[in-house]
Amino acid sequence: MSQLLLDVNGLTMQFGGLVAVNKVNLKVKDRQIVSVIGPNGAGKTTVFNCLSGFYIPTAGSVMFKGQEIAGLKDFQISRKGLVRTFQHVRLFSSMTVIENMLVAQHRHLNTSLMAGLFKTPSYRRLEQEAMDRAVHWLKEVDLLQFANRESGNLSYGQQRRLEIARCMVTQPELLMLDEPAAGLNPNETKELDELIIKLRDEHEISILLIEHDMGLVMGISDHIYVIAQGTPLADGDADQIKNNPDVIKAYLGEA
Amino acid sequence: MSKLSNAIFAAGIAFVLACLMIGVKLNTEGTTLTVSGASTEQWIWIFSGIALVFFSQLFSGQIDALFGKMPLPKLSSLLPEEKKMATLKPWLLAALFVGMIIWPFMVSRGSVDLATLALIYIMLGLGLNIVVGLAGLLDLGYVAFYAVGAYTYALLSQYFGLSFWACLPIAAGLAALFGFLLGFPVLRLRGDYLAIVTLGFGEIIRILLNNWTAVTGGPNGISGIDKPTLFGLEFSRRAKEEGATTFHEFFGIDYSSSYKVIFLYLIAVVLVAFVIYVINRLMRMPIGRAWEALREDEIACRSLGLNRTAIKLSAFTIGASTAGFAGSFFAARQGFISPESFIFIESAIILAIVVLGGMGSQIGVILAAVVMTILPELAREFSEYRMLLFGLLMVLMMRWRPQGLVPMKRPHLELKQ
Amino acid sequence: MSEFFLYLFQQLINGLTIGSTYALIAIGYTMVYGIIGMINFAHGEIYMIGSYITFIVIAGLLGMGLVSLPIILIVALIVAVVMASTYGWTVERVAYRPLRGSNRLIPLISAIGMSIFLQNYVVLSQGSRDIALPPQISGGWTFGDPSIFEVSFSYMQLMIWVVTFVTMVGLTLFISRSRMGRACRACSEDLGMTNLLGIDTNRIIALTFIIGAALAAIAGLLLGLYYGVVNPFVGFIAGLKAFTAAVLGGIGSIPGAVLGGLILGVTEAMTSAFFPSEYKDVVSFSLLVLILLFRPSGLLGKPEVEKV
Repeated sequence: MSQLLLDVNGLTMQFGGLVAVNKVNLKVKDRQIVSVIGPNGAGKTTVFNCLSGFYIPTAGSVMFKGQEIAGLKDFQISRKGLVRTFQHVRLFSSMTVIENMLVAQHRHLNTSLMAGLFKTPSYRRLEQEAMDRAVHWLKEVDLLQFANRESGNLSYGQQRRLEIARCMVTQPELLMLDEPAAGLNPNETKELDELIIKLRDEHEISILLIEHDMGLVMGISDHIYVIAQGTPLADGDADQIKNNPDVIKAYLGEA
Repeated sequence: MSKLSNAIFAAGIAFVLACLMIGVKLNTEGTTLTVSGASTEQWIWIFSGIALVFFSQLFSGQIDALFGKMPLPKLSSLLPEEKKMATLKPWLLAALFVGMIIWPFMVSRGSVDLATLALIYIMLGLGLNIVVGLAGLLDLGYVAFYAVGAYTYALLSQYFGLSFWACLPIAAGLAALFGFLLGFPVLRLRGDYLAIVTLGFGEIIRILLNNWTAVTGGPNGISGIDKPTLFGLEFSRRAKEEGATTFHEFFGIDYSSSYKVIFLYLIAVVLVAFVIYVINRLMRMPIGRAWEALREDEIACRSLGLNRTAIKLSAFTIGASTAGFAGSFFAARQGFISPESFIFIESAIILAIVVLGGMGSQIGVILAAVVMTILPELAREFSEYRMLLFGLLMVLMMRWRPQGLVPMKRPHLELKQ
Repeated sequence: MSEFFLYLFQQLINGLTIGSTYALIAIGYTMVYGIIGMINFAHGEIYMIGSYITFIVIAGLLGMGLVSLPIILIVALIVAVVMASTYGWTVERVAYRPLRGSNRLIPLISAIGMSIFLQNYVVLSQGSRDIALPPQISGGWTFGDPSIFEVSFSYMQLMIWVVTFVTMVGLTLFISRSRMGRACRACSEDLGMTNLLGIDTNRIIALTFIIGAALAAIAGLLLGLYYGVVNPFVGFIAGLKAFTAAVLGGIGSIPGAVLGGLILGVTEAMTSAFFPSEYKDVVSFSLLVLILLFRPSGLLGKPEVEKV
């Protein structure tokens, strides 16, 4: 398919006098894993915030599935099929794992007051379907045995997987992960690796990734964008980026 | 600073605070203003107060430890375990319900009346609990919806002769509408701003009720509100209209004013039971889960496609309709309403009930409402100090037990394996 | 000049007078909010206590036979400021400091409890009815044509203008020039950082409360003399209005509080010129609601960006 899933052009975000993101361009195709890397403070999370509607970009266009989404609200963009995770895991920690999965499916459930009060058949059917989807995804990320545990009581790696599963249960087309490997040990990082590839291959979604873990990035990315100080620096596949002198300079400084 | 110098300093401050405000009294003599020293009795109070401050500072560590760890009864440990509970529960609830129905026939009229008042506050507390405890929105103007419910019934029954039962859903609906109209623009505000705006709204409603004399009767309010009837049977000594029968005439018994009081009590019990049922259902429905999720982490909710304004609005509206319910009943019970019943202090009291009871916990709120209603009756001699102690209680509770009497234990959705 | 314009001009004078006292109280709210992000619900009660202390001192001194009005007023001012500051400091120490760090709801509830406590404390110690002070400063200037409309500008109003002006100048100098003032500004920018730099933030926060209380006391003195009457519940409404002023001007900004206070005062005066006076409260509250809806950062505030 030639149509781009995500087509970002000239994305700019300004806070008062500070230009945090300066004319960034990104393209994500179907079934691709695209990474965004750059030194700390480069504005990568700000880009994510602009794409997902948490910030309204100062300028630029964001086309998702052919539709302009820049300027839409966060929950509206999420409903269109673009979901994201956060640098620090944001779970509903005092709710159980299964409840987290159900809250994510809120709009697929019958939320009408009367239906719920009287437990109509349609209400019960939708609840059951949501439950089934939740169970399916918990199996995919291997967390089913923790279904009734408070999500705050999981290990960090497990919480990360839950956060991803929770995103997936909303049936997205683009999953944006903000530093998913942060805080994970090498084992967990490998599992994350495999999970991301499985998501792309078996579940046919694309993934946009912010990461610092170069092993992860170079290993799984189909395409890499490098941003430094809010400005695009380079883009290409893993080999091109690894050997790009500007990139090396940005990370390591002058030789 | 050592404990002793701390204590002396605190005592000194207490003296400074008290010496003029309590120690000197303003008197109006004719057109002049004079001052007089406080009486000996008052000076004793002042010095005991200072001594109290002194000693509580001296032993502050121990006091904090004592109250901080105050192990209020953990109800959960008193109850038998889960499986037994599941079978026992319906029987317990049935027994409770029967008990509540039989009880009023065995005690004095005054007690039943008091119980009815407690039931009103339970309703109000449960309603605000949805807004504050479940959805985490601070509403300081809750009394406005209470007023809407009360005035709706009063006006509808006076101008259109609608019965209490017909007005109940209308009052709830109108209060819900007000909740929606207020909530829609303000719910996106941050917590403390929301609190002040709702406070302002409550005050606006009160001022409007006080001044729109043509409709609401202004400061004189509305009187002669009809009491509810049992299928048309009135609970008065003589029927109001020609041809209508009264309750005691219908059953061929002597008139007793207790019947009316007990009838009102029973209505209150039914209303409260209804509210409790609805809230329990809500907590197990998607909307209840959404409220909790929103309270936990709003940003995560937004990233999952949940419209936080719609979710907050639902809590606000449902809470408002509950107040409308209670207000309608209140008007029916009193027979007379005026803006004086709907001042900010009422909102504060209901908020205190929710907070002190344990935000989110229904049992806690019920307990707190009962305590709030009964305590002033038991401690009649201290009625002057009622509000003072109330304020103090709020401050102390926040310091020592902010989670309330009965911390919330949410029913978790379980996946059956 | 037509009667209408003279009437409006009178309202303007009245409005600016009241408005500047709102500004004094509003500064207290805005400073506290700017530094610890909390609405000091009990601030209005501090203003009320300031009024009461003023009455007590004035009545006391007059009763003792003192005749010199300037001395009486100065003594009243000093005592009111000292007392109110003590109250302000105590409230912070007792009701807010132990709760710092918990979620927003808890200190707010504690503040409401404190407000109720202080109101009833005064009810018990001084009675809940209105207490009136005979006017101390009377007379003023009038201009305009007696047969059309006379605009009056009383000495009392002049005093309010002068005192509030001097106070605000003093405060501005303090905030911008002194070391403590710099520390205050640093704290309201970034409390955590200031703490890490070795400044005792607890002290600065206490100082902020004290300054706010002192200003509220001055307002209490001025309005007590202006209206000539006080009761334990004046703090509630005054507090709400001052908060409205603070939000209107941009919460956290002292010039904003001043601007907001003046605008609110004039709006109220203009409203009471054309509608029954009870409705002027409705206007104030509605103004609050409108501001929070359409421009929550206020006139002089910076729109806040949420960090995700």
